[in-house]
Amino acid sequence: MQAQTRLNLSLLHQDQALFSPHLFLVTLVITPTRTVLFNYSLSQKRTLYLNLAFSSKLQFSARENTERKRRRTRGTKMAFRAMISSRATQQSKWVPSAGVARQMSSWFGHVEPAAKDPILGVTEAFLADPSPDKVNVGVGAYRDDNGKPVVLECVREAERRIAGNLNMEYLPMGGSSHMIEESLKLAYGEDSDFIKDKRIAAVQALSGTGACRLFADFQKRFLPDSQIYIPVPTWANHHNIWRDARVPQNMFRYYHAETKGLDFSSLMEDIKNAPNGSFFLLHACAHNPTGVDPSEEQWREISHLFKSKNHFPLFDMAYQGFASGDPERDAKAIRIFLDDGHLIGCAQSFAKNMGLYGQRAGCLSILCDNEMEAVAVKSQLQQLGRPMYSNPPVHGALIVSTILGDPELKKLWLQEVKGMADRIIGMRTTLRENLEKLGSPLSWEHITNQIGMFCYSGMSPEQVDRLTNEYHIYMTRNGRISMAGVTTGNVGYLANAIHEVTK
Amino acid sequence: MDEANMRVDRTSKSDSERRLSTLVRHLGASCSPSHTSISTERFENSKISLSPMAAFGSVFANVVQAPEDPILGVTVAYNKDPSPLKVNLGVGAYRTEEGKPLVLNVVKKAEQSLINDPSRFKEYLPITGLAEFNKLSAKLIFGADSPAIQENRVATVQCLSGTGSLRVGGEFLAKHYHERSIYIPVPTWGNHPKVFMMAGLKPMSYRYYDPSTRGLDFQGLVEDLSAAPEGSIVLLHACAHNPTGVDPTPEQWEQIRQLLRSRSLLPFFDSAYQGFASGSLDKDAHSVRLFVADGGELLMAQSYAKNMGLYGERVGALSIVCKSADVAGKVESQLKLVIRPMYSNPPLHGASIVATILRSPELYHEWTVELKAMADRIISMRQELFNALQAKGTPGDWSHIIKQIGMFTFTGLNKEQVAFMTREYHIYMTSDGRISMAGLNSKNLPQLADAIHAAVTTM
Repeated sequence: MQAQTRLNLSLLHQDQALFSPHLFLVTLVITPTRTVLFNYSLSQKRTLYLNLAFSSKLQFSARENTERKRRRTRGTKMAFRAMISSRATQQSKWVPSAGVARQMSSWFGHVEPAAKDPILGVTEAFLADPSPDKVNVGVGAYRDDNGKPVVLECVREAERRIAGNLNMEYLPMGGSSHMIEESLKLAYGEDSDFIKDKRIAAVQALSGTGACRLFADFQKRFLPDSQIYIPVPTWANHHNIWRDARVPQNMFRYYHAETKGLDFSSLMEDIKNAPNGSFFLLHACAHNPTGVDPSEEQWREISHLFKSKNHFPLFDMAYQGFASGDPERDAKAIRIFLDDGHLIGCAQSFAKNMGLYGQRAGCLSILCDNEMEAVAVKSQLQQLGRPMYSNPPVHGALIVSTILGDPELKKLWLQEVKGMADRIIGMRTTLRENLEKLGSPLSWEHITNQIGMFCYSGMSPEQVDRLTNEYHIYMTRNGRISMAGVTTGNVGYLANAIHEVTK
Repeated sequence: MDEANMRVDRTSKSDSERRLSTLVRHLGASCSPSHTSISTERFENSKISLSPMAAFGSVFANVVQAPEDPILGVTVAYNKDPSPLKVNLGVGAYRTEEGKPLVLNVVKKAEQSLINDPSRFKEYLPITGLAEFNKLSAKLIFGADSPAIQENRVATVQCLSGTGSLRVGGEFLAKHYHERSIYIPVPTWGNHPKVFMMAGLKPMSYRYYDPSTRGLDFQGLVEDLSAAPEGSIVLLHACAHNPTGVDPTPEQWEQIRQLLRSRSLLPFFDSAYQGFASGSLDKDAHSVRLFVADGGELLMAQSYAKNMGLYGERVGALSIVCKSADVAGKVESQLKLVIRPMYSNPPLHGASIVATILRSPELYHEWTVELKAMADRIISMRQELFNALQAKGTPGDWSHIIKQIGMFTFTGLNKEQVAFMTREYHIYMTSDGRISMAGLNSKNLPQLADAIHAAVTTM
């Protein structure tokens, strides 16, 4: 692991590697993911490269990058030598000095400092910045028009009802059955036959991350030869999750850099070329980080192709309700697949749409052939949770089930989630109009074409660095803007800054 | 019995289903009128409407049902039992004299103050969790004046109770430590080996419990740990060993410390019962502090499930005591990389409650009083059970009931005797003979005494 880390450190952060085919291929060899890249254009490779770079633990801040550029050349030579002469991907063996009567030095002195998480590290840097003009459009957490975090009214009311009235006993391993029931109704439909027929194996999970991780571990245990196809680009942590679960990863093309929209034909081609019965990770709505979703018609075609290829779709749904303002509409892709007879998996999160971020409330569900299979699958999912955290946290689950189980509170929630979605849609329009008014020569229609919390601006890492260093605007280096951080107060400043670095 | 039959049926059923679906797959691809070809231009015109059964069948059709968790499964069985006399002595969750779960007053107060504070938000915690909680937790277990804390040598991260802390610590070691073997006492909490295996470590064992004395097999422990390869990891229960309730004496702890340090074995403490065992938080941390005092390194998994009654909130902390502040900083950064792909960041609610209590001298004091009351009730239950068995003249030496410490008693009953007690007396406990004293009260204690007496005399 040590050798691998050092290798990655020196290679993956050379921007020159983008245009150097053999270095890039070396990158492929040593990273834990396997890729199918032969059809990709340079810009697609670039997107992929950026995504890989962000996915590993190796994203540095702008300042750190300047430092590291200095050490780059020497690192490359060393890395090449190391790669050729050793099995770089194996974990290094560290032998302590034998016969030490008392421990003289640290066991962990060799541990390298890990690089900051590319997304969560942005907020850390933002908090450390003393500038009064600073803007945080990094992490995807909703802010109101004053830039303040929001606790939904329905959540506060639910908490008032919960506090002091219930005990804090362990939930069952699979979590709160009431919460699971409500989560399934939300995803599969209130009157879903699958729920009635008890064909869905579902467990409460630690938000979206935990749901994906449980699925990845389940996939590893029961289909050890399988791999996961992940869109390019995707939420950076997806790569970490399947890597730590030791499930090999493949990519499928998704984002079209030229149009800043969906690369539908390449997407279909990659689905077709994947071996039958492959596992695909699909963003149900409001794709993170691009905000680019297939249209309803495109989802139907994808579903048809999946059917003929017998692929398994795992839907990651972190923004139901948050994208369009209507949870039913945001679940459309899932419903299409269900209508077409697919057996799907679904990772649900209540972090954004209920503002429960820190409570870690989510659900993993797998639609099975019949009730008995669902019972078996659920029991095995529980077995994976037990050695990770025994049973999931109760508080967030109680909030979810209290809100969704009470018609009045549910109605309030629907209003509030629509309010959040509407504000974001409004900010998209305003940001685009501002940029057009400033006379930007570039097209900014993707800002309003894209949907959900994020906007893939198309800016390069260098342009993002300028935004941070010169304008104190914080975002991830892949050019992803969290629209939730945009307010009527800062949209003008933001538009101006973007215009300045892109003109 | 039923489950075995079910499993057999399932296999044959899914075999035929698999054959059917293979047939369908072969036939459907060429014959089905609506499914013509894979080429995309066809899709504008055709509409595929295969029913779920005509589909290829689930990729998970071969998944067999997992057995119930041996510990949590006891509660499942208990819940199914219709008898009004049933007693649950399975899972280690505290019960009052009335047999009810308990939310500590101090916890209720803390929760109220959180709810009533309109400035509180539910944003993501940092990956490492609530910073204040981490500091206070380290102080609680290591002591506020601990040199390790003063010298900033401790990396503490909030985790999901004891389980989560063990898992994160295990995965960190699997990635960054040179030894894969972790030595685990026999017996131990049923989930320990699974946690470490999933983390990528190799569980080995060392002797701990002596069935003949129902006490500590100190000789065996020393022998086994002396034979362990240098640098191996050693799991130690800080106090109130689960399931036996048998702890080393302070003198024995000192000998264990010397042994571990002389062989460069890395201690990994599991502290799930601080304050719960003796009633004193400091006393129950004695073993840990002994190790920290010699300047060496160790891992510490802390849980607030029992001692603060926060079970379902999943509150705990993993601390790694390092040789230097520099190392501690790097270790913390690497812990984040273990946590992020597991659940991104830990749950907020429970940690906020703990921090609220630990930071306030009044609430802290109130907590110590409530904690001592819980510990005292358990100690009195031990005494009463021992007295009851003595009074009945139940054969055997039952003094281990009052010698053992913490929530559990390792009765020494075997599997058959346990099954008998469940069948005839509706007493639910784990098949290794472990009973949770917390589930006992003056009403059900006589029933348990009767059951033990009957089991021992008839089986």
